[in-house]
Parts: sequence; C-alpha cells; structure tokens
Amino acid sequence: MNSRIDIQKTYKLYINGKFSRTESGRYFPLKDSRGKATVNLCQASRKDFREAVKFARKAVGGWSSRTAYNRGQILYRIAETLEGRKKQFIQELNHFGITKNNATQEVEITIDRLVYYAGWADKYQALFSSVNPVSSAHYNFSVPEYQGVIAIISPNDNPLLGLASLIAPAFVGGNTIVCLASEKNPLTAITFAEVLHASDIPNGAVNILTGFSSELAEHFSSHKDVNGIVYCGENLELNKSIQENASENVKRIHYYDKINWLINKGQSPYFIMDHSEIKTTWHPIGS
Amino acid sequence: MKANQINIANFRQTPVIDQVGVNERVARLNSRSIKKTSKMAALKLALSMIDLTTLEGMDTPGKVQQLCIKAKHLNHGISDLPHVAAVCVYPSLVKIAKKELNGTSINVASVVTGFPSGQTNFKTRLEEVRYAICEGADEVDMVISRGKFLSGDFQLVFDEIAQTKEECEDIHLKVILETSELSTLDNIRRASEIAMKAGADFIKTSTGKTKCGATQPISLVMLEAIKDFYQKTNKKIGMKPAGGISDSKTAIRYLVMVKEILGNEWLTPTLFRFGASSLANDLLMQITKQQSGAYQSADYFSKD
Amino acid sequence: MTNQTDFITGYSPAPESTNLIEIKERYPLFIKGKFLEPQSGRYFSTINPATEKKLSEVAVANQTDVDFAVKSARNAYKNVWSKMPPKERSKYIYRIARVLQERGREFAVIESMDGGKPIRESRDIDIPLAVAHFFYYAGWADKLEYAFPGRKANGLGVAGQIIPWNFPLLMAAWKIAPALACGNTIVLKPAETTPLTAMKLAELLQDIDLPPGVVNIITGAGDTGIKIVDHPDINKIAFTGSTDVGKIIQKSLAGTQKKYTLELGGKAAHIIFDDAAINQAVEGIINGIFFNQGHVCCAGSRLYVQEGVAEEVISKLKDRMETLIIGDPLDKNTDIGAINSKMQLKKIMEITQSGEDEGGVLFQSKCTTPKSGYWFKPTLISNVAQSSRVVQEEIFGPVLAVQTFRTVDEVIEKANNTPYGLSGGVWTDKGAKIFKITKQIQAGILWANTFNKFDPTSPFGGFKESGMGREGGIHGLYPYVELS
Repeated sequence: MNSRIDIQKTYKLYINGKFSRTESGRYFPLKDSRGKATVNLCQASRKDFREAVKFARKAVGGWSSRTAYNRGQILYRIAETLEGRKKQFIQELNHFGITKNNATQEVEITIDRLVYYAGWADKYQALFSSVNPVSSAHYNFSVPEYQGVIAIISPNDNPLLGLASLIAPAFVGGNTIVCLASEKNPLTAITFAEVLHASDIPNGAVNILTGFSSELAEHFSSHKDVNGIVYCGENLELNKSIQENASENVKRIHYYDKINWLINKGQSPYFIMDHSEIKTTWHPIGS
Repeated sequence: MKANQINIANFRQTPVIDQVGVNERVARLNSRSIKKTSKMAALKLALSMIDLTTLEGMDTPGKVQQLCIKAKHLNHGISDLPHVAAVCVYPSLVKIAKKELNGTSINVASVVTGFPSGQTNFKTRLEEVRYAICEGADEVDMVISRGKFLSGDFQLVFDEIAQTKEECEDIHLKVILETSELSTLDNIRRASEIAMKAGADFIKTSTGKTKCGATQPISLVMLEAIKDFYQKTNKKIGMKPAGGISDSKTAIRYLVMVKEILGNEWLTPTLFRFGASSLANDLLMQITKQQSGAYQSADYFSKD
Repeated sequence: MTNQTDFITGYSPAPESTNLIEIKERYPLFIKGKFLEPQSGRYFSTINPATEKKLSEVAVANQTDVDFAVKSARNAYKNVWSKMPPKERSKYIYRIARVLQERGREFAVIESMDGGKPIRESRDIDIPLAVAHFFYYAGWADKLEYAFPGRKANGLGVAGQIIPWNFPLLMAAWKIAPALACGNTIVLKPAETTPLTAMKLAELLQDIDLPPGVVNIITGAGDTGIKIVDHPDINKIAFTGSTDVGKIIQKSLAGTQKKYTLELGGKAAHIIFDDAAINQAVEGIINGIFFNQGHVCCAGSRLYVQEGVAEEVISKLKDRMETLIIGDPLDKNTDIGAINSKMQLKKIMEITQSGEDEGGVLFQSKCTTPKSGYWFKPTLISNVAQSSRVVQEEIFGPVLAVQTFRTVDEVIEKANNTPYGLSGGVWTDKGAKIFKITKQIQAGILWANTFNKFDPTSPFGGFKESGMGREGGIHGLYPYVELS
C-alpha cells in the first residue's frame, strides 16, 4: 500500500470566475456510495446567489457581444477541456453511486452535447430569423437576441449531463447564467466549473452554486434582475411557487418535465430559442 | 482655417431629409378632407395664386394678349372671383403682356437666365435679366446652374443667384431649382437653402420643361426649408410649385401643405404661387360645381 | 368650428356618414355559432366616449357562460376544426379577411364610435391591418410543416384570448387569425369599453358559415377574464393589456400546463440624434406619442433629444402640436379623438399632474376640446429626469416626457433603464449608429428613422416586463402550436 496520503479537494462555489466559499460559512456533507461522508460542499445562501446574479448581470454585455464564432469556439473549448479530464468526472460520478458504464456514457454524451451546441453558435440565428416583407417602404427583419441572466435549477438525474444540457443552450445564446447544481450529486458541477474556468469564459458569465433548492428556489425565482428561470425537478408545489414568484417581473419560465437528457431529444436549437427574444428592426427604404 | 476659406455658409452640411418620412407626411396631409365653405374658400384662394403661364417657342403676341384677357376676366358667370396673381411669359413678350394688363394689379413675370437649361455664359444670363426688367417685368423667374450644383460647386450657384438678385433690386426674384434634375431630396433641401441665403424672394420647383414637374414630396421639403429659414432669419420666402398641377384637388392639397407647414401667413399670393396653365379652368369648373351642385363640362370654360 | 369656416380659419366639418352602420340595441353572447342570452341575465352599457351617449349594451358572461363557451370551443376543436384539412381551414380564414374588407367602412365607423379613435386611423390603419392579418395567417394554415425546422406542429386545443380596448378589432385579428391557422378553437373576450366591433365580427363569422364553436365571443369585465384564465379546459391563454394584469395572469397560470403569451405595457425610448432628419424625426415623435391618443403600448413616450438639437426639436414639436386637430372622432380631419374612458382620463390626468408637481414644465396645444366626452390635449412635459414618475410609468395617453442627452452610451443606458422592453426608436443619418443602438436596446421592436409601424408579417412583442411571445410573422405561429 502506498504510504502517500492523498490530497483531498475542497469544493467551493464558482462565482465571478473565482472559487469562493459561501459567505454563510455553512456546508453540507456528501456521502459516497458506501454511505461514508467523504466530501463537504458549500451550502450557498441567498446572499451568495445575489452576488452571483450581480456578476452575471455585469457579464451580459460582454458575453452577448462576443461574435457568434467566438462563442462557438469557447463552447468547443469547454468540450475539449472536459474530454481531457474525462476520467476524473467518471470517477466522481462513480464514487457517488453511478455505475462506471453509466458514468462513462454520461460524460461522453456531455462532451458531445457541448460540441453540439458549439456548432449551433453561429447557425440558429439563420434558422429563426426572418426578413419580413412588410407592405410599406421599409426593410424589416427579426433576429433572436439573448434574454439576459438565466437562473437554472439543475436536475438530480444525470447531474453532469443535466447541468451541461441546460447551461449550454442558454450560454451559447448570449445569456449569462447562475446555476444551482444537482442537490443529490453536486460534485461534478463544481469540477465542471473548473473546466469552464480553464476554457476562457468571461468572469461571471457562468456561476455555479451548490446548496438546496428548497432554500434557494424562492430567491432564484423572485430576484428581479433575473430574466429567465429553468426548473426540472419533480416537486410540483415548488414548481408552482417558482412560477408564481417569477410573475413578479414577468420572467421567462421553463419547466423541463421528464426530459431524458441522454437521448437526442435532450438537445435542439429550440432550447436556445427558449432563452432568446425575437427583436424586430424597421428602417425606411429611400434615398 | 485660413480666413479666405471661410464661406458664408457651409452648404455641404445642410439638413438631411428622409424620403419615406416625407412621403408619409404628404400622405397624411392628403387625408385632409376639405369640404363645403372651406373648399370654396380654398378654390378661390388657389385661383388668386396662379401665375398664368405660357412658355412656348410658338408663343406670339396674339397668344399672350388672349392669356392676359383671360387673366383679367376669368369667367363672366361667376361673381366674386379673384383674379390671378401674374402672367408668366418669355422676356420678348413682357412688353405685350405689360401693356395688356395695364391698370390691373396683375403682375407680369418673365423667365430669365437662359430658361429652361441656363446653359449659357453668366454674363449673357444677367443681360437677359436686365432686358426683362427693362421691358417692364414685375417679377423674374431665374434658373439655377444644375450642372454646377451636381458637380458640387455650391458656392458658384450661390454667387450667381446673389448677383442676379443684385441686378433685380426690388423686382421679385423667383429661383427655379428644377428639382427633377437634382436627384435627391437632400439636394433639393440644399439648393433651397442656397437660393434663400443668396437672396431669393421665392423658390420655385420646376421649369415645366422636363418630364417631371412639381410633386408634393419635393414641395414639402422646400416648404420645410422655408420654415426653417424663417425661424432662423425671420425672413419670409415665398414658394412656387410649377409644372403638372392641373386639377383643383391637387391644388387644394398644396394649400393644405402650405397651411399646415408654414401657417396661414403664407396663404397669400405674395408668398405662394402656382405656376400653371390649365389649373385655372379646373378651379373655375369646381367653383361652378360647388355653386350649382352639378358636375361641369370643360366645354363651358374658355381655353386660351 | 362653424359651417361657415373658410379655409384660413379652419376646415369645415367633414363627418364620416353613420348611415351605413347598424348597431343593435343589445348583443348577447356569441357561443356555438349563435347569439345566446347570458345565464347571468345581466347586461352592461357601452358608450361613445366622445359624447358619453349609450351606443348599445352587451352581456355579462358568468361562470356558466364561460363554461359553455369553453365546452363549445372544445367540441368544435375535437369534432370539427382539428379534423378539417388545413387547406379548408385556410379558406375560412380567407373568407373572414375578404368579408371584413368589404365591410371595412362599417367596422371603422363603429370602432371610432365605441372607442373614440379618429376615423382616419380606424379607416386607414386598424381595419385594413386587421384584414391583412387574417389574409396573412390564412395562408399559413396549410404550410405549417415549413415553419418549424425539424419539428412537426400540432394545434394546442382551446385558446382563451383576452384583448384590450386600444385597438379592439385589430387585437381580435392578431389573436384569432394565428390561432385558427394553427388549428385551435377560441374563446375571446373583448374589453368592456369596446365590445362592439368584436360583436360585429361575431355576426360576420355567422355570415361566412364558420363552423359553430370554432370562435366564441363573450363579453364582461375583468371578472369574466379571470374565469377564462382559470378555466381548466383551456390550453392556452393569450392576453394583451397592462403589465399589472399580465403579472396577475402569469401568477394564476403558475403550475398549470397552459401555454401563454402576454403582450403588456411599455415606456419606449425615442431617441433623436443631432445628425437626424429633424423634420421627419419631429413627425415621427408626433406619430410616436399622439397616435391613437397615446393609447398604444409601444408609444414613444420617453423622448431623448441630443443636446445640440434639443431646442430646435422641441420648438418644432410644439409648432407641430398646434396643428393637430382634436375633436369629433368621426370627422375625417380629426387627428386626436376622445380618451377611451372616464377611468383612463382620470389616470392620465393624475400622472400628468404628478409630473407638474415634481417640477415638470407642461406644454399643451392651445386647441379647444368639446364640452361633453373625455378629452385630453396633446401634452409635452420637459424638465423631467429618469426618476420622474412621468418618465417611469406608462401613462397610456397623449403625454410625452422629454429629456436630453449627450452621448450614445448615455442614451442607451437611459433607454434601457426601465422594467419595460416593448419598443424603441432612433433617428440618425448614420447607419453604423443605428445598428449599434438597435442592437443594444432591450426591446422587441426597434424603429429606426420611423416609428409606430405595424405589419402582419412583422413579429410584435416585448422583452422584460413588456410581455412574452410574439404576434405577427412566422414567429407569431409559435404561441399556438405544440412541437413534436
């Protein structure tokens, strides 16, 4: 037996391009598949979320004005970086009860999904734009634009794939993100943040928190500087209260009920459009 | 900047015009519905603003005499009619017209400066102005050098107008832009400003000798230029659309434009004219229709 | 103005004839293709806001009535409309367009009488645009497979549609046309102050033999609207109205399976740069705020003028305001008609007063307004700031708040400094600046060197608290389909 003692990793929140502990000082332990508490995670607070939204809002202008080509490249870069760290992700998933086969499948589909959305970066606009033949002397066109800050509450199934499948379409569409990791299995989300961090995403463009939806969903849904909210959980009561809160500032609400992220239906440009607004511009034609 | 480079005005920086916006404004003004007493008043007003015009190579003293008689006696069947504002002829026929209109307040206007193209040397053009005035013209209608304008020599266009005005002294100077050759509304605005700043008493759309005469959008741009000039200088410049205005409906639409852009103060022959030959008869027909209730035939109105 | 008006003092009255129109004494509910007495047994009056005289009365739909309307729509969906070949559906919508076009003048006159808007607008804008919407969406019915890349579209079922009073028939068209084209059936509720053209439309639907129950039109106040929103057998809610009510609707739909689109309020920034075509910009500003008495959600109600031209623009605006003709909505020369209701007039007066109280400088055109009816003079308020109530709140009346700015970035920041995001306008002669600004303003419709333009092919709808979903164009199909 090797006499070397392993270095254990400290899992923190990912806010504004930094790995920081929760301001609340709270943590929650995570038990491995044998029931042993091996890891502690930050239990993000309302204030952590508030900070994350603040930085996400700051990042919107810069991220949304990147060229589509550049956004695609960054998405692709995330996939590349993830590919290089595949083993770690499989191990982390496996450690918390997902079979090695399933874990491998999940990580590989996640990488492919990121590549999939990287490819959409400069294409969905053409598909969902229109030049409108108005009956007057005007040139008129409609294009998808970002919505702003999207708050995402990740699903518990497929903790890595679910998270990436929700972040990628919102992110590639020019939005910035505050995302709550799977409650049951948040580990890979924070490791995924390291991947993001190594992939040249602007600070604050994606923020990942760990903690409890029972505590945070209320703030995710009621924060007035959040433009859209995604929920995939099975808690219908919580879903209802999220939607009620969201109405306070007319948030775009997406409840992805029972979507199987493992199959091709878990990806499409329509997910990008869920986080897009159509903007129409008019201009006279004359001399 | 050297002192000698400072121009009186920088004509490269005149206000821009949005063509579609102009067309929309015209369409909206055209939706005004002028009925009953306001229609009758408008018809008579239009009549009083006409420069009854004949500008043909085949014009003869006889033709001009007939036109002058018509100017004095528009129609014997209708009471309370105004007379037209002026008779507009070539310089060589000014004397005839002047004699025929002696004792009336109808002016004689003469086209000058190598009308309609203006393509002769400036000295000759000025000579023509002197000649027309000498023959008795009360008003002269000059043309601008469109070629020079289009090649960007705005200063020269300005200078020519200014020198013509000097020659005119108190004689009313109408400056014809010949808008159909100026290509864009921006150019029409610019030419209007040049003319007004150089001393024009009136700005006029067209010679009537090209394929397109006055249009409402063009006139609107010129009216707005006049308004802006008035607000800056407190000087009222007149407007004369010419060419192609031949029916009452169109004439009333012009009056609506003048009323709503420039205001009632411009609704007078001293500040607004129609350059037209067949408009008078249509106005007379409409006046008769308003009075009698019956639609009229052109056969009942003299063609001179 | 008297009949002796000459051209100089003004235009003689030119009233549109009311001889052609027929308004019944009362209109019951239109359900299952028939006009049926309401179970509530109650009716309420609808008046002409220009005269305060009663025009007719319409029924109050209670729960039983709503239930019956929804049931009739459901049956029509199941048994008729969803089974009908799309190209046949299409022909019914074309029929609506054609017959509405034929009867356009009658609808225009009634629209102006019931809502107070000038006949020039109802005749030249509202009704022709409504016709064009039906004509446009009719053609989509049998082409939906081309509209959604990689997906198949199906109708949703029964759509509950609640429309506002500012463009009564036009909003009905915006709602009904795409819903029918996508195979849905409808329960529609017009606004309580402007129900008449919807009821005339009901008569028209009877005349063109639209199958019973495909479109049901029921009347009532907000109470009836909530019953539609809450009805368990409705699949989709489409609402146009205030942001406050929109939020209530969104809240009551929380946790349900119903799809919804909301077209809510706005407080559009209208930006004038010093290099703009100033005279056309002034006309754009006028059209932006005084169109339909300012009862327009996308009205350009916050004016931002670059400092160098502020004095000129404001002085021209005031001049132009003096030439606006306010009065009888049926007079063809009227530019500004009556305020839609007493309640709305009160609201406009109250917010305008707050503008004065906060130190705003008021300018109103000198026109006189008729003695009876609800009127508000075209108004401009300067000396206001972003923090002023007249700059922050939607007034929904002919009141323009004027501010100045210096730089591009400053004005973009100010323009976006609002919870609303429906529309915006910018006037400049520089193309690059137009694209920078239209790109950065967070709003659904950007008018560059023009304002308040509408077309059935062009999607309309807001960002942020101005609502969600689009109406018009290919994007206007999405709210009415389920994709698989």
